[in-house]
Amino acid sequence: MSAPDRGRPGPALGGVAGSEPAERGVVGSEPTVRTVMRGAMRWETGLAVGVLAILIFGASTSAQFLTSGNIFNMEVTSGEIAIMALPMTLIIISGEIDLSVASTLGMSSALLGFLWAKHWPMLAIFAVLVLLGLAAGLFNGLLVTRLGLPSLAVTIGTLALYRGIALIILGSNTISSFPAAYTSIGVTAVPHTNIPWSVAIFVVLAVIFGVVLHATATGRSIYAMGAGTEAALFAGIRVKRVKTMLFMTSGLVCALAGVLWTFRLATAVQNNGVGAELNVVAIVLLGGVSIFGGKGSIGGVVLAVIALAGLQGALLLTNFNQEAIGIVIGGLLLVSVFVPNAAPVVARARALLRAGSPTSEVSHD
Amino acid sequence: MSITVTARPEPPGPQARVSSRRLTERVFRIRESGIIVVLAMFVGVTAAIQPRFVGSQEIGFILANTTVFALLALGETMVVISRNVDLSIGSVLGLSAYLSASMFGAHHGIPIPVVFLAGLGIGLACGVANGLMVSLGKVPSLVVTLATLYIIRGIDILIVGGNEVVAQTLPNAFIQIPKANVLGVPYLAIAVAVVVGAGAYYLRSFRSGRELYAIGSNPEAARLAGIPVGRRVFTAFAVSGAIAGVAGVLWAAQYQTIDSTAGTGYELQVIAAVVVGGVAIFGGSGSAVGAAIGALLLNTINSALYVLGISPFWDQAIAGFLLLVAIALDRLISVRLAAALRRRSSGVGT
Amino acid sequence: MPGNPEGAPAGQARPVLSLRHAAKSFGAVHAVVDGSADLYAGEAHALIGENGAGKSTVVKMLAGVYQPDEGELLIGGTPVTLHSPAAARDAGIAVIYQEPTLFPDLTVAENIFMGRQPLRAGRRIDAKLMRGQAGALFGRLGVRLDPGRICRGLSIADQQIVEIAKALSVDARVIVMDEPTAALSATEVARLFEVVRALRVGGAAVLFISHRLEEVFEICQRVTVMRDGRHVLTSELASLTADDLVRAMVGRQVAQRAGATRHEPGEEVLRVERLTREGVFTDISLRVRAGEIVALAGLVGSGRSEVARAIFGIDRYDAGAVTLAGRPLRKASPAAAMAAGVGYVPEDRRQQGLVMEMSVQQNMALASLGRLRKAGLIRAAAERAFAADWAQRLRLKYGRLTDPVSRLSGGNQQKVVLGKWLGRQPSLLIVDEPTRGIDIATKAEVHELLAHLAADGVAILMISSELPEVLQNGDRIMVMREGRLTAEYRHDDASEEKIMAAATGQTEAQAS
Repeated sequence: MSAPDRGRPGPALGGVAGSEPAERGVVGSEPTVRTVMRGAMRWETGLAVGVLAILIFGASTSAQFLTSGNIFNMEVTSGEIAIMALPMTLIIISGEIDLSVASTLGMSSALLGFLWAKHWPMLAIFAVLVLLGLAAGLFNGLLVTRLGLPSLAVTIGTLALYRGIALIILGSNTISSFPAAYTSIGVTAVPHTNIPWSVAIFVVLAVIFGVVLHATATGRSIYAMGAGTEAALFAGIRVKRVKTMLFMTSGLVCALAGVLWTFRLATAVQNNGVGAELNVVAIVLLGGVSIFGGKGSIGGVVLAVIALAGLQGALLLTNFNQEAIGIVIGGLLLVSVFVPNAAPVVARARALLRAGSPTSEVSHD
Repeated sequence: MSITVTARPEPPGPQARVSSRRLTERVFRIRESGIIVVLAMFVGVTAAIQPRFVGSQEIGFILANTTVFALLALGETMVVISRNVDLSIGSVLGLSAYLSASMFGAHHGIPIPVVFLAGLGIGLACGVANGLMVSLGKVPSLVVTLATLYIIRGIDILIVGGNEVVAQTLPNAFIQIPKANVLGVPYLAIAVAVVVGAGAYYLRSFRSGRELYAIGSNPEAARLAGIPVGRRVFTAFAVSGAIAGVAGVLWAAQYQTIDSTAGTGYELQVIAAVVVGGVAIFGGSGSAVGAAIGALLLNTINSALYVLGISPFWDQAIAGFLLLVAIALDRLISVRLAAALRRRSSGVGT
Repeated sequence: MPGNPEGAPAGQARPVLSLRHAAKSFGAVHAVVDGSADLYAGEAHALIGENGAGKSTVVKMLAGVYQPDEGELLIGGTPVTLHSPAAARDAGIAVIYQEPTLFPDLTVAENIFMGRQPLRAGRRIDAKLMRGQAGALFGRLGVRLDPGRICRGLSIADQQIVEIAKALSVDARVIVMDEPTAALSATEVARLFEVVRALRVGGAAVLFISHRLEEVFEICQRVTVMRDGRHVLTSELASLTADDLVRAMVGRQVAQRAGATRHEPGEEVLRVERLTREGVFTDISLRVRAGEIVALAGLVGSGRSEVARAIFGIDRYDAGAVTLAGRPLRKASPAAAMAAGVGYVPEDRRQQGLVMEMSVQQNMALASLGRLRKAGLIRAAAERAFAADWAQRLRLKYGRLTDPVSRLSGGNQQKVVLGKWLGRQPSLLIVDEPTRGIDIATKAEVHELLAHLAADGVAILMISSELPEVLQNGDRIMVMREGRLTAEYRHDDASEEKIMAAATGQTEAQAS
């Protein structure tokens, strides 16, 4: 009966999609000015314009604005958050969500500190962290695909569980004895280039995820799952397997992010990354990815990262209280959901004002 | 033209129909009371090991800590039942806590009820904004309240700057509010329990309350049935905001030092409490009382660990684990229940 | 079949509801051109017509979902415009859709009275009174249903009863039932008919939309036939035969069984042995050879789609084996089935066959992505060419390949689904209700396509509830009933009566 028990935060949480299909479909028409306009007005295009505007404004105000090192040291769009946004994009497009990302990051950071304090060789620690990330993601994936639990609720649970494990591992200790070679990862450049390691890692990952999402069969199947789970199943797509892999990838990337975060702050402490999951989701949504699944692009998310980082940089120049950047993010989020919806909302408002004029889609209240 | 006919499994006898109801009632009573059982077990085991756990001081402490969360759980329950979510409550609480508490410093001798009203007003304004956007804009509440979470926190940061409200500026009468108790049970806890009970009663016994459940159970059907979905959802968010506002004032009275981080992260904790308490994350079922008990349970764990001498570092992990168990159990129960009901109401085949 | 002329609307001057020359278009699609119907109190009135005749648009106009572009709607003699479902309800019209819209988490009584729950002191809901009133409604309908149980898990038949009780609780004068018997068992159908009689006795008018002529004759007094959006005739059923109705609906003599050239089938492709799934189907054994079309007939709910899904791997099975071209086929793995050369065109086009938001091109390519890639990456040009090729072969009508597939008509959408699977060149194609909800012209094209495929050596397993389709296309016809195979006929031995008999469980003696 009625709505299926899906693990997605989509229509279940406050939005109702669904429109009346025509009795018999209307045969499509030749491309018109309108379709071209619609293409141009896509969210990503708007973002690109925004990014350009910000960069121009910033560069014209300060010569140092475009130094890439700055961008990834911003609080909100730290390199780690940007990196975590990549697998999150795929997960949300597939119709799920992963709120445990920041806690996996914290767990990884805690284990890193713990093992380092026990004088494990760094390489061995990395290996363990890889396994940790994969295991964390696998746990999420199994709960969602095998037990059929909603990912929103599950990952709120693992958010607490993994943060708790971080707490258990490290307690209230802080480990800060990392060698400078690692902790300067934010500013050290890749040899022979001007690009800091953290930026390079983000770029490489963005390219990988972008290619996977947009050019491979797996990526196509991710869109299909998000837009129509049953149809994806009936097309032979291994929905459960792909979703589990997505969660595992997210776990792995978050473990990596934990390492980067720890090195950037030069400190391993159990509350590294607390609250970052919402930043990650916000960035993905700002990138034009639909919370319902089935729509969005890596390009959009990358643009969102750049836009936000640039915005923060630009605001710095204007003496705006950095910590209140949240207002900007929140405002942009609202814009991101209201603008695509603008046409029907305006129509509805007009209909409400002109109460009494018959339109076939006037709904009650 | 097509001639099609149907299959013919046997329909059940009247016996089966009545027992269907008994089965569902039994299961739901189990779910609601299940959490009470878990709470009782927890308290019982802990008390057995460490009897002072059930001493009035401990109980008072637990109850005092829970009041804010239980209140927030009431508001969140109303929203979640309608298949929405309110992520902004932590930010609202923080803003209200600061603004209302700083009124004492700014206006000496201001009557305490006025401060409460101010907090309520702040929360109500935020809730109204959320409600308007979700109901008029037909936009997913997850995104809207995520955005207002950011915006309200940002406003809070701007207003607070680097300041904080300290205990000395707060009148004694205000600080005593969470402390006043009878036989170790804080009056505040009793008051909150009454409010939660009233809220749950409203949801159960009044038309508009039932309509919230209907909206969460099947939004399309609710629309078709003529339920004023927009209005009800708007009200749920407005109430949730108002409650968060009041909770903020209580929070200020309890912790007395308020900076711009007050309330951070509360929203996910409250949602966890609500789910543990039996409210379905996709709406349609659950009770505010269960949610409040969920909040109580999660707070009890914290205290129990402390009393048992177990490192408090286990608190989070246990809470997370409990939440996962609750969701998994709920799923298991509803799957089995649906299968059992289907078997009792029709014959073989689909 | 003779009719049952009870309660003809004698002595009534004025219809309770009257639709006069209504028209409704959606862009270029004229769903209804001249729709008319008169309903009198106390009668059960059938509205019949082929798919696409405009019946459901008429229903939606009565329900207040659409407003007619032309013509008028009169209720009790007064012209009204129904701007919304609520307005229709206030006007005394209740519509029981095929898919009931109930609240699964709430009780039956609450579902009936939502928004109108009886109150006691202080505006509190009187739950006990509500349950009592619900029970009384069920008594009036002559059914037994516990008003205190939650709706989750109710059978479709029971859900319909709840919807009808809802209608009764608001004193609906007109009750419209849209294909109510599609998913009901015979016993449940009988119960529904008793309910309809009770409604008529209570003075309501029942508008009964159905494809099932034998039911129409049994329960209704008068009938209105629509064809191509127009009103064709209204008459007492007593003076008509089924052939009359068919001719009115189709506008021509019933087509004779097509004498398609049958050819010799080749090697065995699919072998299903004693396939069983607890409570769903038992001991299903069948074989399909290359170039053969095996039609699986039966009533809705007999388990045929479940068998197909089990073969394809969407569902599990508990016992038995599936062999494809001599090799055992792994169960519960659509990927394995596809790799072995099986294609499956599912029953529900919109939810299972297509991803509605994706483009025509993407849907076509969805099952063939493996073949369209190089070094792991999808080649856009190859995808486009693939889709364009199949669109042409299937004579698809579309705007651009990049249009969302939701813009196409039902028939063209079905072609996209077919194209998706044919693009894989399957050795076994399972089609489930291949022409449901499709216009006549496309229907014929699909049948022609299937025949071509068979001629090319593809093994085809076709599930259909439409007897003419089964008889026309099936080289062999197997019949299922309640999860079991009950009969098998060769094309030349089969007849509608025999199939119907096997499907409904009448004895062989009566049938042949």
